[in-house]
Amino acid sequence: MATKASRSAARLMMAPAVILLLGWMLVPLTMTIWFSFRSYLPLRGGDLGAAGFDNYVRFISSSAFWPSIQTTLILVGSVLVITVVFGTLLALLLDQPMWGQGVVRILVIAPFFVMPTVSALVWKNMFMDPTNGLFAHLWRFFGAEPVSWLSDASLPSIVMIVSWQWLPFATLILLTAVQSLDGEQLEAAEMDGATKLKRFFFIILPHLSRAITIVILIQTIFLLSIFAEIFVTTGGAFGTRTLTYLIFQRVLESQNIGLGSAGGVYAIILANIVAIFLMRIVGKNLDN
Amino acid sequence: MGRITLDKITKKFGDVEVIPPLDLTIEDGEFVVFVGPSGCGKSTLLRLIAGLEDVSGGEIRIDGSDATMVPPAKRGLAMVFQSYALYPHMSVRKNIAFPLRMAGMSPAEQDRRITAAADVLNLTDYLDRRPGQLSGGQRQRVAIGRAIVREPAAFLFDEPLSNLDAALRVGMRLEISELHKRLQTTMIYVTHDQVEAMTMADKIVVLRAGLIEQVGSPLELYRAPRNLFVAGFIGSPKMNLIDGAAADKHDCKTIGIRPEHISVSPESGDWKGTVGVSEHLGSDTFFHVTCEGIAAPLTVRVGGEVDVKYGDTIWLRPGPEQIHRFDQNGLRIA
Ligand SMILES: Nc1ncnc2c1ncn2[C@@H]1O[C@H](COP(=O)(O)OP(=O)(O)O)[C@@H](O)[C@H]1O
Ligand SMILES: [Mg+2]
Repeated sequence: MATKASRSAARLMMAPAVILLLGWMLVPLTMTIWFSFRSYLPLRGGDLGAAGFDNYVRFISSSAFWPSIQTTLILVGSVLVITVVFGTLLALLLDQPMWGQGVVRILVIAPFFVMPTVSALVWKNMFMDPTNGLFAHLWRFFGAEPVSWLSDASLPSIVMIVSWQWLPFATLILLTAVQSLDGEQLEAAEMDGATKLKRFFFIILPHLSRAITIVILIQTIFLLSIFAEIFVTTGGAFGTRTLTYLIFQRVLESQNIGLGSAGGVYAIILANIVAIFLMRIVGKNLDN
Repeated sequence: MGRITLDKITKKFGDVEVIPPLDLTIEDGEFVVFVGPSGCGKSTLLRLIAGLEDVSGGEIRIDGSDATMVPPAKRGLAMVFQSYALYPHMSVRKNIAFPLRMAGMSPAEQDRRITAAADVLNLTDYLDRRPGQLSGGQRQRVAIGRAIVREPAAFLFDEPLSNLDAALRVGMRLEISELHKRLQTTMIYVTHDQVEAMTMADKIVVLRAGLIEQVGSPLELYRAPRNLFVAGFIGSPKMNLIDGAAADKHDCKTIGIRPEHISVSPESGDWKGTVGVSEHLGSDTFFHVTCEGIAAPLTVRVGGEVDVKYGDTIWLRPGPEQIHRFDQNGLRIA
């Protein structure tokens, strides 16, 4: 890919894909921004003309706005912490030579293949149901009062469900990173007098930093738009209304497309703020 | 102090015995080289001494006390790995400081030792770089630096020069030898390269398939190889080994004669032969000569530049005092 001719040929060949992707992104984005400045109420006559910044002001001054931001950040933050911590531990465990390694690895990765709606339903009905759920049985076995998870501990429950779904992803990425660590480095550290714990913090963790960064960045993108798990379990009640869910309610439940679109623009801004913060904190791990 | 005694140590990986029972004593301050072909168990033996592998049997004593079950960090040995095993995310200074930091040494003492080591190894200008920004030779020196700051009882080197180019290898060979002269600390050095063994060692241990074939000073091994394996392994180019009629005249199965111990004459000698390929190195010339009655071509060294061409007929005469004789089992006949 060095000559002039091959470069322009490459551009030409990539053009269809680039144009398609750009259209894919630009059309909805433009429409969202357009609607956010309109008073668009499908059930009350459709587009009722320009609204200026009314939608933005209304969305942000609604009592549900700031709590939804908070819920979003708590959800994303908790899932990130849980998946990275447990993902690292699981990766170290799976890296050990053990009997049935192949099967265990497939089992660990399995949750990732379950659709979010399905896994949320499974958790809701099989584990967290206050009368018939497995947790309820477990609690009763130890003589405790079963917890009604989705109403009393709703946000932690959703964090649990989402973490369960994303743990395999984190584990998989971190496992490949663990496997790429040069064994002689660990042996050198051992001879240098580093205990197991010190070897983890001084050698393994720095080695994993890049993989952890990638896990965090990719997961954040997907976690900011978590929807199915909330829809299926609590329907946004009991303090589980994230920004995404709030937008959904404004658009579909209140049938106010203009207001929802303004929320969508806020979601873009939030995503960018989070991205800037993340790049500040962990992005330097990606250089070199 | 660094006197290391191996007492009937063995190592098995599963059912495969890589090291059969082996006895060896390494004296304090000695530079010992383990040499042998690839896969003969040199690294395994070194790792057993380091404690990175558990022995399957036998005892390792360091300075008289039993170290067989002592964890690697407590043995007081420092190792330089083939891949250098530097910590890529730490600066050179931090790499060298790592063992001191793990030992909980005061920052002032750490600094003193790092400065001294960097001075010896010409690393002063590179202390704040990362290993990734160094050349192969510099990385090698950082790895050595990390070993010497610990002031260990003995150094273990596992093929430390095999990743360097030829010119650098000669330079580092000298530096390591000098380091040994200066520190007077026991060094155990593993290599598959007999030139490194010959040039650096006080004592060479020749290994084959986990067995010690011979132990001795470089010149002892050169002058009196105990068997055919050592005879063929030590010396460059290799010793000529001749079976058949020529050997029968000396009452043995095989005779060996080094290329540098054969004299060449255009008129007379013991063996008549035809010159094949010749290699001119300037200082020396090596001929490959096919002789009548001898199966394999012989290698002959002649000093300086000689006027002999491909296809010429010449006569060879082995130095009578320098013929090595070996019996049926490949063992030396004194
Ligand atoms: N961890 C191990 N598991 C099984 N076999 C091994 C292991 N390490 C080394 N070996 C075997 O032991 C023999 C000696 O290996 P090694 O000591 O690395 O040889 P060298 O360093 O002399 O090239 C080889 O045949 C190798 O396959
Ligand atoms: Mg080796």
